Amino acid sequence: MPTIYIDSKPYEALAGKNLLETCLGLGIDLPYFCWHPALGSVGACRQCAVKVFKDAQDGTGRLVMSCMEMVKEGMRASVSDKDAVAFRAQVIEWLMTNHPHDCPVCDEGGSCHLQDMTVMTGHDYRRFRYKKRTYENQNLGPFLHHEMNRCIQCYRCVRFYHDYAGGKDLGVFAAHNHVYFGRETSGILESPFSGNLVEVCPTGVFTDKLLKEHYTRKWDLASAPSICQHCSLGCNIFTGERYGRLRQITNRYNSEVNGYFLCDKGRFGYAFVNDVNRVTRPLLRNQTIEAVDEAPLMKTLREMLSGEELIGIGSPRASIESNFSLIQLVGRDNFYQGLPEYPAYLSGKVAELVQSGALYVPSLKEIEASDAVLVLGEDIWNTAPVMALAVRQAVVRTAAAQAGKQSGLPAWHDLAVKEATQEKKGFLANLTVCPSPLDEEAAFSLRRAPDTIARLGFAIAHAIDPSLPSLPDISTAMRSIVNSIAGALRSAQHPVIISGVSCYNEGLIKAACTIAAALHTIGLRAGVAYVLPECNSMGLALLHAPSFDNATARVLSKPGVTAIILEADIYRTVAEKEADAFFDACKHIIVLDSMHNRTTQKAHALLPAAAFAETDGTIINYEARAQQYFQVLAPQQDIRASWKWLGKLKGLRAAAGNGQQVHPDEILQQLEQALPAFKGISRVAPSPDFRVHGQPIPRDPQRYSGRTAILANLTVSEPRPPQDTDSPLAFSMEGYPGIPPPALIPFYWAPGWNSNQSVSKYQQEPGGALRDGDPGVLLSGQAVLRLTGEEKPTAPPLFMDIPEAFEAREDRWLLLPQVHLFGSDELSSYTPGIRRLAPQPYIGLGEADATALGVIEGDDIFVWLEGKACSFPLAIRKGLCPGITLLPMGIPGIPVPQWGSWVKITLSEDAEEIRCPSKIF
Amino acid sequence: MLSLLRTIWLVFLHLFHKKATIEYPEEKIPLHPRYRGRIVLTRDPDGQERCVGCYLCAAACPVDCIALQAAEDENGRRYPEFFRINFSRCIFCGYCEDACPTYAIQLIPDVEMAEFHRQDLVFEKEDLLIDSEGKYPGYNYYKIAGITAGVKETGQGANEEPPVDVHSLLP
Amino acid sequence: MTVFQHILIVLGVLFVLLTIAAGLIWVERRLLALWQDRLGPNRAGPLGIFIVVADTLKLFFKEDWIPPFADKWVFVAAPAIVVASVLMSFVIIPFSPVIVIADLNVGLLFFLAMSSLGVYSIVLGGWASNNKYSLLGALRGASQMMAYEVFMGLSLMGVVMLTGSFNLQDIVAAQRSMWFIVYQPLGFILFFIAGVAETHRLPFDIPEAESELIAGYHAEYSGMKFGMFFIGEYLGITLISAMTVTMFFGGWLGPGFLPPWFWFGGKTAIFIGLFILLRASLPRPRYDQLIGFGWKLLLPLVLANLLVTGAVALLLKK
Repeated sequence: MPTIYIDSKPYEALAGKNLLETCLGLGIDLPYFCWHPALGSVGACRQCAVKVFKDAQDGTGRLVMSCMEMVKEGMRASVSDKDAVAFRAQVIEWLMTNHPHDCPVCDEGGSCHLQDMTVMTGHDYRRFRYKKRTYENQNLGPFLHHEMNRCIQCYRCVRFYHDYAGGKDLGVFAAHNHVYFGRETSGILESPFSGNLVEVCPTGVFTDKLLKEHYTRKWDLASAPSICQHCSLGCNIFTGERYGRLRQITNRYNSEVNGYFLCDKGRFGYAFVNDVNRVTRPLLRNQTIEAVDEAPLMKTLREMLSGEELIGIGSPRASIESNFSLIQLVGRDNFYQGLPEYPAYLSGKVAELVQSGALYVPSLKEIEASDAVLVLGEDIWNTAPVMALAVRQAVVRTAAAQAGKQSGLPAWHDLAVKEATQEKKGFLANLTVCPSPLDEEAAFSLRRAPDTIARLGFAIAHAIDPSLPSLPDISTAMRSIVNSIAGALRSAQHPVIISGVSCYNEGLIKAACTIAAALHTIGLRAGVAYVLPECNSMGLALLHAPSFDNATARVLSKPGVTAIILEADIYRTVAEKEADAFFDACKHIIVLDSMHNRTTQKAHALLPAAAFAETDGTIINYEARAQQYFQVLAPQQDIRASWKWLGKLKGLRAAAGNGQQVHPDEILQQLEQALPAFKGISRVAPSPDFRVHGQPIPRDPQRYSGRTAILANLTVSEPRPPQDTDSPLAFSMEGYPGIPPPALIPFYWAPGWNSNQSVSKYQQEPGGALRDGDPGVLLSGQAVLRLTGEEKPTAPPLFMDIPEAFEAREDRWLLLPQVHLFGSDELSSYTPGIRRLAPQPYIGLGEADATALGVIEGDDIFVWLEGKACSFPLAIRKGLCPGITLLPMGIPGIPVPQWGSWVKITLSEDAEEIRCPSKIF
Repeated sequence: MLSLLRTIWLVFLHLFHKKATIEYPEEKIPLHPRYRGRIVLTRDPDGQERCVGCYLCAAACPVDCIALQAAEDENGRRYPEFFRINFSRCIFCGYCEDACPTYAIQLIPDVEMAEFHRQDLVFEKEDLLIDSEGKYPGYNYYKIAGITAGVKETGQGANEEPPVDVHSLLP
Repeated sequence: MTVFQHILIVLGVLFVLLTIAAGLIWVERRLLALWQDRLGPNRAGPLGIFIVVADTLKLFFKEDWIPPFADKWVFVAAPAIVVASVLMSFVIIPFSPVIVIADLNVGLLFFLAMSSLGVYSIVLGGWASNNKYSLLGALRGASQMMAYEVFMGLSLMGVVMLTGSFNLQDIVAAQRSMWFIVYQPLGFILFFIAGVAETHRLPFDIPEAESELIAGYHAEYSGMKFGMFFIGEYLGITLISAMTVTMFFGGWLGPGFLPPWFWFGGKTAIFIGLFILLRASLPRPRYDQLIGFGWKLLLPLVLANLLVTGAVALLLKK
C-alpha cells in the first residue's frame, strides 16, 4: 500500500486508485460532479482540483484534477491549498451562472449533489449579472421529469444511460455552451434503467415523476432498509414514507447485489402499497356487512379452524417468516406451494442444485466480473433486468480490462479506456427463445426453441469435455458456433452460465449444470445462476413443499378441509378450472393478502396482510441470499403482517391461545431449528433488542419536520408514535445518529452530504463493500461450505438425459410465456406508469409461421386454451422459431394457460384446425 | 443617606405621573408592521398563491408545527395541497418567514388569536391564505424561477435568454 | 366592660386585622404599580379590589404540598407561629381609648417579646424545608433579627423614659400636648428602620431575597401555608405601623370631630404606605452591609439617643 501525503499528513492508500476516490475513502471532503464510482473518471467538470507537489521541497505545486491522478507512493497533494480552493470556487461559480433559481420547486432540493457541492465550495452569491440560458424540456414518459435549465453539463446522464446501460435514445445535442441532454424528440425513454438518472444526475434535470405526484423532501421521508419484491434478484432499496403513504424507492447500495443501480420496475413499482385496491379490513363473506371487527372475526376463525383438517398454500412472494408461520400452523405435511406441478418441480430442482454445495452461484457482482457469459434460454432482460445490466458490464469490462492491460490504463480512466477498447467486446452468448436487447452485446445470439437450446448446451458441454455424450444430429453451422462458445468458456477465467425457469424447460437447467460440470473437469470454477420468477421463489422452493396439484388432489379425494392461502393469487399461476375445483372442494377458505384479486373473492375469511413496506420479513434471492426488509409504514386500519395473523390463528387453534406476540427473529430461529437448510438465517439482521449506546436506529432524518402538526387536524395533542418491537429501528428522529450496522441503514446522509452520494461515507472505500460488510446471509451449499472452511471444488452434477430435439408440429404450437418487465408482475402493475408501458394482450408467432398462416401483424388469431378459443391480435416476433407461440405472461385479459403445452391455433372461432407446413428445424 | 430620601421622594412623585399601561382590550396596541404575530400565506401580484410547497418553512420550524403537502397543477405550478400550522405549538420566532424563498409565508402584526379550545388553534390553508401580497408587494417568484409553471413562456422570465436552439452548432 | 363586650372587641379586632392583611395584597400591588407608572390589578371588581378574593381563593385551592424530604411537623408549625406571634402583639395596641384588648402595664415589653418570637417561624421554616437556600435564608433571618432586635427595644426606651411607663395607653396619653416625634426624632427613625428589618420587608428582605436565595426560607411552601407567611408579613407591617403611631404620633389622639379609631387608622395607613414606598424605591443592601449597618452605626446611635434623652430628662426633672 503506497503512503501518500495529503496536506502533509501521511495516509495509507490503495494502489491503482485515483486521488479523488482515495480522498473520499479517507473521509476527506472533496467536491466532484462528473466522477461516479460506477462510471469512472473523465475529468470533465474540473471540480475536484487539488494541488500536487513534486516533492517535500516543492512549494509551488501544480493544479490537477484529482479524479484523473493516479495514487503513487510518496505522492504529496493538498486539498486545502489556497489556489485549489479558489479554483474550485471559481469552477462552481461558472457552473452556477446559468443554474436557475429553482431550488424551492425542484424535486432534487434537499438531496441535491449540486447544492451540497456549492455549499462545500462556499459559493453563495451570483456575481454574474447577465442573462441565464434556457432550454425547452421534453416529455420522457411516465417515470422521469425533464428540466434542462438546471443542467450543469457534467455528462453523467449519457455516460450512465448510453455507456453503462446501453440505452440508445438519450444523447447529447448542440455544442459548446448550450449542449443539450435529451432525446431526439419527446418520448418515452426506452431503457428499463432510466430511473437511475434520478440518482446519477447531480442536480434536478431528471427527477422522479412518481415522487412528484406526492412530493416530499428527503429530509421529511421516514426511511427504512428494504428489499425489492419484483424479481428474484433481491436488489436492496430504501423505502421512504410520509403521511402514512409510501413515497419513494431509492437505491440502497449493496456491493454484492445491486451496487448503485436499480431497474425501473423496482424503483417505480411500489404504487400498489398505496392503492385503493388494498385489503384494509378483515372480511367475512356472505353477510350484509362483510368488514368485521376483531371479536366476531376471531369467533368465526375459531370455528373455521377448530377440529378441521388444515392445509396451507405457501407463496413465493411472501416472506420466509410468513411461509414458515403457515407451516407451523398447518404442519409440514399439509403445506403446499401455490404453483402447478411442473413450475414447482423446476424451482425445486434449482433449489436442490443451489443447496447441494456442488454449484457455485455467482452474485451479481461476480457476474459483472466474469469474462465469459452464456445465457441459456432465460430472457434476463425481462425476468432479471439488473442481472442483464450486470451481464452487460461483464461484456464491457472484460474488453476494457484487456485494453487496459495492453495500454497500462487504470480501469477508472473511463474515456481513455473506451478509446483503447473501441468496439471490442467481452464474450456473451445469448441463446434465447426471443430476441433481447442484450443481443447487441452478444458475440453469439441465437433464437431457438427451449429444447434446442438445451441440446446446444449439452453439445457445448461435450465440446468442452469430450467424454460427455455427443449429439450427432447437430448441423455443421451449429457445431462451429458450439465450438466457439465452448472455446470461449474454456479460455475464460470466470465463466458464468445463466439459465432459469421462465422457459418451463428442465433441460435448460440440467444443461447449464452440465456445462459447469464439464468446465470443472478442466479445472474451471464456472458460476451457474438460475433466475426464478418471484422475489422469494428460492425461499419457498427451499421448503420443498408439494405443488398445488397435490393439494387439489388431496382436497378432491377428501373434501371438508380448511385451506389457508398465503399472499398469492392462485388464479395467476393455476388454470381457472383447476383453481375453481380446488376452492369448490374446500370447506373453509381463509386468504391472507394485501390486494383484492380473484383468490380473495373466493375467501370465506379474508385477512388484510401487510405489504412489504408495512412489515419486516426475510426473502431469499436466486443465489440463496437471505436478506431482511424492514417496515417503514405503520399499517393502516387492521392490516397486519401475515406472520402475525398466522401466529394469532395458531393461538386460536391451540385451545388455550396464549396470544403471545412473536418477533421475526424468533420465527427465524425456530425455522433454523426445524429445517437445517436455513441454518444461519437468523443472522440476517440484528435482533429487535439491538441498540447502539442504548439507542435504537431512527427512521426519520434529523431534519424531519412537522412532527407537531401532521396529525394536529385530528387531535391537537400529539399521539405517541408507533412503537416498533419487531426491529431495532424506531419511528422517530431520536436514536443513534451515527452509522448503524449495514443491515439497518435507513438512509444515506452525512454532514454536508445530503444527496445519495453520501453513500461513500458508508463504504469501506468508494465502490467497495459497506462498512462491516454487506448485509444478507448466503444459504447456498457453497456458502455454507465456505463458512465451515471445507470448501473444496466438488464437481457439479452431470446430467445425461438430453432432451429430444424440438420439432414443430403441423397442427399444434408450443405455448411459451413472454415475460414483460412491465406488466407481467402482479404487484408492480398497479403503478399507472408501468401499466401504461405494459403490452396489450397479443399472441406472438414467428415470421415463418405468420407467412405460412397468411396473417399479418394485428390480425386477430384464436388460440385454444382449455377447450376455449381466445382471440388476440397477432404480434410477429422476429426470429421466433417456427412451431412456437407466445402469450404475454400475467397480462390481464389472458387466461392462465398451461405453459409449455401444445395448443391449437385457428383463424376464426369455429374454423377447422389449420395445419401449418412448418419446417422442422 | 440624602440620596436615599431623594429616591424615595422621586418614586413617590411617580404617583402623579402618566401611566404607561395600555388598557387592552378597550385600547388597542399599536404594533410595528414587522411585528411577528399571526402567520399568513400571501398571494402573488397575479392573485395566485405564492406558496410553492418547498417545505423550507417546515424544516426551519424549531417546534415542527408546520406540515404541508406539495402538489402541482396542470401547468407545473406548485401549490400546497394542504398547509397546516399548529399555533398551539408555534413560538412566533419567524424562522419560517426567513426561510421562505417566495415571500409566501409572512408574520403579520396581529396577536389577537387566543382560543378557548386548543384544537381551534390548528389552522389549515383556508385559514392562513389571505388576499394580499403582504409586506412584499410586486414580487412574483415564478418570474425569476427557471420553470415556466404556466406563468411565462420558456426564456421569457426576468433575466432569461430565449431557449437554446439545439439543432444549431453556431456559437 | 362585660365579658361579652370584651369578646366582641377581640373578635372585631381580629376580623379587622385579617381584613386589612388581606386587603393589603391589593393595596400593595396597586401602589407598587402606581409608583412604577403602571395601573396594577384593576379588572376584578371596583378598582380591582376583588383581586384579593381571587388571590385568596387561589391560595386555598393550590395543592398544599409538603416536600417528602421536609421535617413534616416543624414544616407545618412554622407558618402558624408567625401569624400567632404577630396577632398576639396586637393585644396591647390601643386602637382607641376603649378598644384595647389587654391594657397591660408591661405592654411595650410584651410587644417586644412577641415580635422576637416571629423569628422562630423563619428559622424553623427554613430548617424544616431541608433545602440549602431555605436554610441560608433562615440563618440570615436569625442574625438579622439579633442585630436589629437589640436597638429596636432601645430605640423605644427614650419614649418610655419620657412617659415613665410601659403601658401604651399611658404613652398615648402622655402625647396629648406634643407627639413624641418632636422629642424623639432619632428614636422614631431608628425604630422604623428596625421595624422594617423586623418584618423583613424590602429593602431588608435578606432572608428571602429572590434574586439570590429564590425566596429563601419559604421556597418550599405553597398553598395556604405560604399564605400564612404572607399574612404574617402584612400583619407585621400593620403592627409596626400601629406601634410607630402609638409611640411617636400620638396614637388615637386627634381633633374631636372624628372618632379616635379613625385617627389611629388613618395614621397607621400612612405608615403602611411608607412601607410600600420603601419597597418601591430602595434596592436591597448586601447581607454583610445590612448587619454591619445594624451593629456598627445604628446601635451606637440608639445608645447615644438613650444617653441624651436620659440626660435631658434628668436635667428637666431637676
